[in-house]
Amino acid sequence: MPTLWFWLVAAAIAMYVIFDGFDIGVGILHFLAARDDAERARLLRVIGPVWDGNEVWLLAGGGTLYFAFPALYAASFSGFYLPLMIVLWLLILRGISIEFRNHIESHLWIPFWDAIFCGSSALLAVFFGAALGNVVRGVPLDESGLFFLPLWVNFLAPSPGNGLGVTGILDWYTISVGVAALATLGMHGALWVMLKTNGELHDRARVWRNRFWIAAGVFTVLITLESFSVQPHLAGSFRAAPWGFFFPALAITGFFGARFTRGLAAFLASCVYIAGMLCSAAFGLFPLVLPSNGEPHTSLTIQNSSAAAHGLSAGLVWWIPGMLLVTAYFVFTYRRLAGTVE
Amino acid sequence: MDSALFVHRLHFAFTITFHYLFPQLTMGLSLLIVILKTMAIRTGDPHYDDAARFWTRIFGINFAMGVVTGIPMEFQFGTNWAIFSRSAGGVIGQTLAMEGVFSFFLESTFLGLLVYGEKRMSRAMHWFAAFAVFAGSWLSGYFIIVTDAWMQHPVGYTLADGRFQIASFAEMLLNPWAAWQYAHNMTASVVTASFVVASIGSFYLLMGAYRRFGETFVRLGVICGCAASIIMIFPTGDGQGKMIALHQPVTLSAMEGLFDTAQGAPLALIGQPDVEKLRLDNPVVVPNMLSFLTYQRWHAEVKGLREYPRDRWPDNIPLLYFSYHIMVGLGTIFVAAMGASALMLWRGVLFTRRYMLWMLMLLLPFPYIATTAGWITAEVGRQPWLVYGLMRTAAGASPQVSAGNAWFTLLGFMGLYMVLGLLFLFLVQREIEHGPSASGAH
Repeated sequence: MPTLWFWLVAAAIAMYVIFDGFDIGVGILHFLAARDDAERARLLRVIGPVWDGNEVWLLAGGGTLYFAFPALYAASFSGFYLPLMIVLWLLILRGISIEFRNHIESHLWIPFWDAIFCGSSALLAVFFGAALGNVVRGVPLDESGLFFLPLWVNFLAPSPGNGLGVTGILDWYTISVGVAALATLGMHGALWVMLKTNGELHDRARVWRNRFWIAAGVFTVLITLESFSVQPHLAGSFRAAPWGFFFPALAITGFFGARFTRGLAAFLASCVYIAGMLCSAAFGLFPLVLPSNGEPHTSLTIQNSSAAAHGLSAGLVWWIPGMLLVTAYFVFTYRRLAGTVE
Repeated sequence: MDSALFVHRLHFAFTITFHYLFPQLTMGLSLLIVILKTMAIRTGDPHYDDAARFWTRIFGINFAMGVVTGIPMEFQFGTNWAIFSRSAGGVIGQTLAMEGVFSFFLESTFLGLLVYGEKRMSRAMHWFAAFAVFAGSWLSGYFIIVTDAWMQHPVGYTLADGRFQIASFAEMLLNPWAAWQYAHNMTASVVTASFVVASIGSFYLLMGAYRRFGETFVRLGVICGCAASIIMIFPTGDGQGKMIALHQPVTLSAMEGLFDTAQGAPLALIGQPDVEKLRLDNPVVVPNMLSFLTYQRWHAEVKGLREYPRDRWPDNIPLLYFSYHIMVGLGTIFVAAMGASALMLWRGVLFTRRYMLWMLMLLLPFPYIATTAGWITAEVGRQPWLVYGLMRTAAGASPQVSAGNAWFTLLGFMGLYMVLGLLFLFLVQREIEHGPSASGAH
């Protein structure tokens, strides 16, 4: 049962990254693809009716993590205290900038919120990437199953025991994952803009898709190499169960599809790429959910962090129908909003 | 003041208090918007569509504030209360996740239709969008109340190795504490929304602007506000009080400032509890009333605080006592004010009695104060427990998050929320000044 919930939580997080990822990506492109106020307003109309629903995936995923793996939720949320709070502030600023921008027609008001929207979107991408990097790299869990990491201590020390001292949230490894996330979501957002607009805006989005695609490719190779050296558990997982190479293969297929197909296919390929990357990381870590980078026995695993069996099976009874309902809402919303935005 | 525990408590208290200023309006207002849309369909008069559209704009701003200040709440269980989350996550994580899955997706799907879709849908479809937003927000309220009710009066759980696990879902969702608290809380949100609608309507009438809208708003606000204010006191407030008497008797004594056990306990209207000398200073009381309200017998025994060990007393009795009395005092004033307004409305003279309109206009902030005081009563009253009788608040905070780090983020939230609050007031003021626009103009 914990294994099932591990993959359900992974799926919910992947849904969050895929859905909120494209509207964060649109934020990254806000000043790159759009040239004037009218175009930026159009970009916001592309995500205006859906960003709020996309963000609910964060709450649904977080809530699912909370009840299925309470010890993991407690350790990670308190251990990553500072970056999570910063993420919250960014989410607040970003949500407000989308909702308040169009309330006043002013040459001061609108560019102000545009800048907040773009800046908070880009930083969110970096922070989410860095968060993933931290989970893969491992954290200094103690005997009580908790840890605390400052934002930075020694930028050069992604793992302890190398003589460089304790590590922080941000080091060269986690920041490189953050930059990879920025490039990936930039590409993902550009594909969504290409799908939903036409004319000059569409063409500029394509130029940025191509640029971010190259950056994402370079960084994907880089962080893959880094990850296998920083977290030895990954190689062991793939060696033990070679069928797991399915996920990286999925990511590679999606990656090339995002560049060499058109329209909806390209956007879906980008979704496949993101899901493939996340599932590769999840598969590589399994059964760990939060590795310790000190004493291995303090690592959190699906067994020692999950809730009791009754709660997990009771959860399944409402979670599955709930997700079917959510799927129906999303199909309804996105079908209604089909076509390009003028 | 300098302990990490204090900062963690203040952190949650501050962010939840600010957050709840917005949902308390949107939950009640969603019902009033459904009523306006229903009247539009029943009368065929587009005036009610216009009125609904105006309030939907106010709703939208409040909803956005509620969403962005609400996300930190779910995170804070883990960030600041790690030990509690690890212990109780298997139980309360379920209801918090259900809120996301069953209500937030529903709300976000249909709010877009309600705000942007009117031109492209039939009247019935648009009514349905309003109804779905109402249903989503009221469902969301239920999941949150069930979560809080479990902390107030835990049911349907097992406890092993310091971890709470769910034993019966049905028992948790049908917690009798939750039923009363939900009824009381949702009625309060209708009170807030009704007072706001009546207040803006009175403002327009006093200004001599948007006359017809002003009358519609005042009529709607007074009728709903009168009914909700009465239901606040009886049966919902009464039922909630009896739950406290039954399951948290020490909290009841502290709320009432009752230090000594009495047969025929008095109800304190005014007075200051002195926790050092264990007495109520300057008391103005109604004899025997507390016994009657609690047990329906004039001479029933109500236990005073002295009967209970000190380590089971709520840790801030003055705050608990005053917030409870502010809530009850304001609730009583609301019934009187709305009752008189409803009477004048019925006799057809309300719109010309300027002093009544002044009163309705100026009452606007008071439901917010009453609701906030009510929640302080509930949560300070739960102390010193996180899970009543089972887990102490002092045992639940994140041990590795230092006071310095918690102050850093608390001050950050305070600064950010002050800016948000100013922006919110500025934008709502613009909407009110801009006013409702008649027939079909968008």
